[in-house]
Amino acid sequence: MMRTLKEVKIGDTAVVSKIHGDGPVKRRIMDMGITKGTSIMVRKVAPLGDPMELSVRGYELSIRKADAEMIEVV
Amino acid sequence: MSIKIALAGNPNSGKTTLFNGLTGSNQYVGNWPGVTVEKKEGRMKWDKEATLVDLPGIYSLSPYTLEEVVARNVLLGERPDAIINIVDGTNLERNLYLTTQILELGIPVVMAINMMDLVEKEGDKINTERLGKALGCKVVEISALKGTGVQEAAQAAIAAAKEKGGQRPIHKYEDKIETALNQIEARIGRSVSETEKRFYAVKLFERDSKIADSMTQIPNVEDIVSAVEAAMDDDAESIITGQRYAYIEKVIKDSYTKKRKTAMSTSDKIDRIVTNRILGLPIFAAVMFLVYYISMVTVGAALTDWVNGPLFEETILPGLADFFKTAGVAGWLSGLVIDGIVAGVGAVLGFVPQMLVLFICLAILEGCGYMARVAFVMDRVFRKFGLSGKSFIPMLVGVGCGVPAVMASRTIEADRDRKMTIMTTTFIPCGAKMPIVALIAGAIFDGNPWVTTSVYFVGVAAIVVSGIILKKTKMFAGDPAPFVMELPAYHIPTFGFVMRSMWERGWSFIKKAGTIILLSTIVVWFLSSFSFQGGLHMLDDVLEQNTSILASLGNLLAWIFIPLGFGTWQATVAALTGLVAKENVVGAFGILYGFAEVAEDGAEYWGQLAAAFTPAAGYAFLVFNLLCAPCFAAMGAIKREMNNTRWFWFAIGYQCVFAYLVALCVNQFWIFFAGGGFGIGTAAAMVIFVGFLYLLFRPAKEEKLPVHSRIGGAA
Repeated sequence: MMRTLKEVKIGDTAVVSKIHGDGPVKRRIMDMGITKGTSIMVRKVAPLGDPMELSVRGYELSIRKADAEMIEVV
Repeated sequence: MSIKIALAGNPNSGKTTLFNGLTGSNQYVGNWPGVTVEKKEGRMKWDKEATLVDLPGIYSLSPYTLEEVVARNVLLGERPDAIINIVDGTNLERNLYLTTQILELGIPVVMAINMMDLVEKEGDKINTERLGKALGCKVVEISALKGTGVQEAAQAAIAAAKEKGGQRPIHKYEDKIETALNQIEARIGRSVSETEKRFYAVKLFERDSKIADSMTQIPNVEDIVSAVEAAMDDDAESIITGQRYAYIEKVIKDSYTKKRKTAMSTSDKIDRIVTNRILGLPIFAAVMFLVYYISMVTVGAALTDWVNGPLFEETILPGLADFFKTAGVAGWLSGLVIDGIVAGVGAVLGFVPQMLVLFICLAILEGCGYMARVAFVMDRVFRKFGLSGKSFIPMLVGVGCGVPAVMASRTIEADRDRKMTIMTTTFIPCGAKMPIVALIAGAIFDGNPWVTTSVYFVGVAAIVVSGIILKKTKMFAGDPAPFVMELPAYHIPTFGFVMRSMWERGWSFIKKAGTIILLSTIVVWFLSSFSFQGGLHMLDDVLEQNTSILASLGNLLAWIFIPLGFGTWQATVAALTGLVAKENVVGAFGILYGFAEVAEDGAEYWGQLAAAFTPAAGYAFLVFNLLCAPCFAAMGAIKREMNNTRWFWFAIGYQCVFAYLVALCVNQFWIFFAGGGFGIGTAAAMVIFVGFLYLLFRPAKEEKLPVHSRIGGAA
């Protein structure tokens, strides 16, 4: 079973294995530093349950759960 | 010799501060042609021959966002002589990603590493010499905030620009890709100069959708690209992006010494509380209340009242009247100036102090980093209606006044979200619409408090419904803006930033008041003070206004409102005067019913109004005025923020049609449910209602399949 970034628990760190999808959203995700092999820490989820806040390459990034679902992690 | 230098960098890298430091007050602010992206240019402080162009803050040179495309067009089309690349030293890894792309352009680059003071405070070290050697550009350490190193960066850029002669980037990809890029370069041929070839080759490799626009002949390189993709089992865009970051990691390892940190930074501690699962929403509510309270209720309102009252109505207007009288100026001219221009433009300029206070609050929120958290906290609610989390601020401000509300939409980066916010934010009942509510509630509904409460529900419902409908139209179709947003570290905003930001926004509105709004008020003044009846002549008395051209126009147009229940010329004229300012509606009714002066809620003529309006028609009139095109000032703000005539008319047209249809439904259904029987009007209302339902629930054609269904198929 494939695991995506959406399922990573708060406080846990995961490593990106593949990014699905195409077009602007995928490019934007990669441009912001989420590429194959990047380790990502899930810092928190917004008060209403979405989006989530990540710690990646030394800075904070927010991303919607729908987009986090495109990111496969190990 | 005049030279052009471009300033490029990530958002939140201190670019604006550096731009101000490099140019001082020598600035020109405008918009890039055809788009709403702000354009800033200025003369460099240390060399008057050098022009500095501020590019939009970007993370990449991809073809997907408006800002990135604008930046690309400048870099490729105008070919600046040098580029200053500002880089946030506390966030080097992601910032260098843009640098690797800029370096491929073949234009001399000077890299300015900003926030060096913070880097040192953390105990980290950047070996700039090694970094510069690895990247192939000059590196200068600066602190834009404190002004250290700024002059050095400027002089390095000027020197680099004067040397001319572009350079080939040092950065190499993996062998397989290098071979492919060289093959592509060979196919590009002579249409692109040698120094630029690398950039074009990379873009062609990435299958960049917009690169063709700036090339005269496009070679077919699909075979090369797909061969590499097959060999590396990934798509070309991912390969290039991955390689860039891998390269940056290597560069940083060699030149950046990080002190081991265990303690949380102050910013982390703040964020922990501010966007906390439990405290996040109350803190958000408190901050929003404070912004509203300061700018709309206390400080802002006091300033606006002072400008409108003591300054304007009690000093300037009587003073001008006296002056004209003693100078013996013709009656029509003094009427034009005093009743038309000064009163009209004055009513608009009266909002300026309130707006400036609001802009200060917004600048502080932006400067300290909370604005990004606003989007973070509210995103879930607003994106359902095609809006952004940041749309909350314009809507909140809209309760006070639509003009600053529309202008506050500028904090929304995504073009689509911003346009949607601009179009819908004036549905919120603003302060000036309250007298109309009081009039209708008092005259027709015996002051029932539910009338007042309900208008807020109507406004919010109009936004929600419009958001869902518009989201599915062709105008807003296409890929939704990706909400992949940086949450910058918190810091205290500088006084200079706040003041500059406030003044730039305020000034652009004042300029608008001087042009489009000025013109509109002159036209309306003419229409309401002249009459055709008995030859074109000026009216002497306000009570004669029911013979004015505007009144004739009202007579001509009144039939339009028959299905809405208020097809009288008085109601039509009143609605028309609402275009100047919504509070005029009450006064206009007064004049039409023969009262020169009325109370704010028009209590004097409640009886006449109650006789002329059925409850259904009264509420329909209220709804129509609530939702239709706002006043000229707000329309001016919409025009300014859309920066596009077609979009402006689309917005105004949508608001008017929407208001008309909703008011029609209100009137007809009200009559039907009150036992008025089924007529043509009821049938029309049914059709419109079903139409609304269809627009609301139809599937969005242009939108792609949801992501999970695609992944689900693969899993």
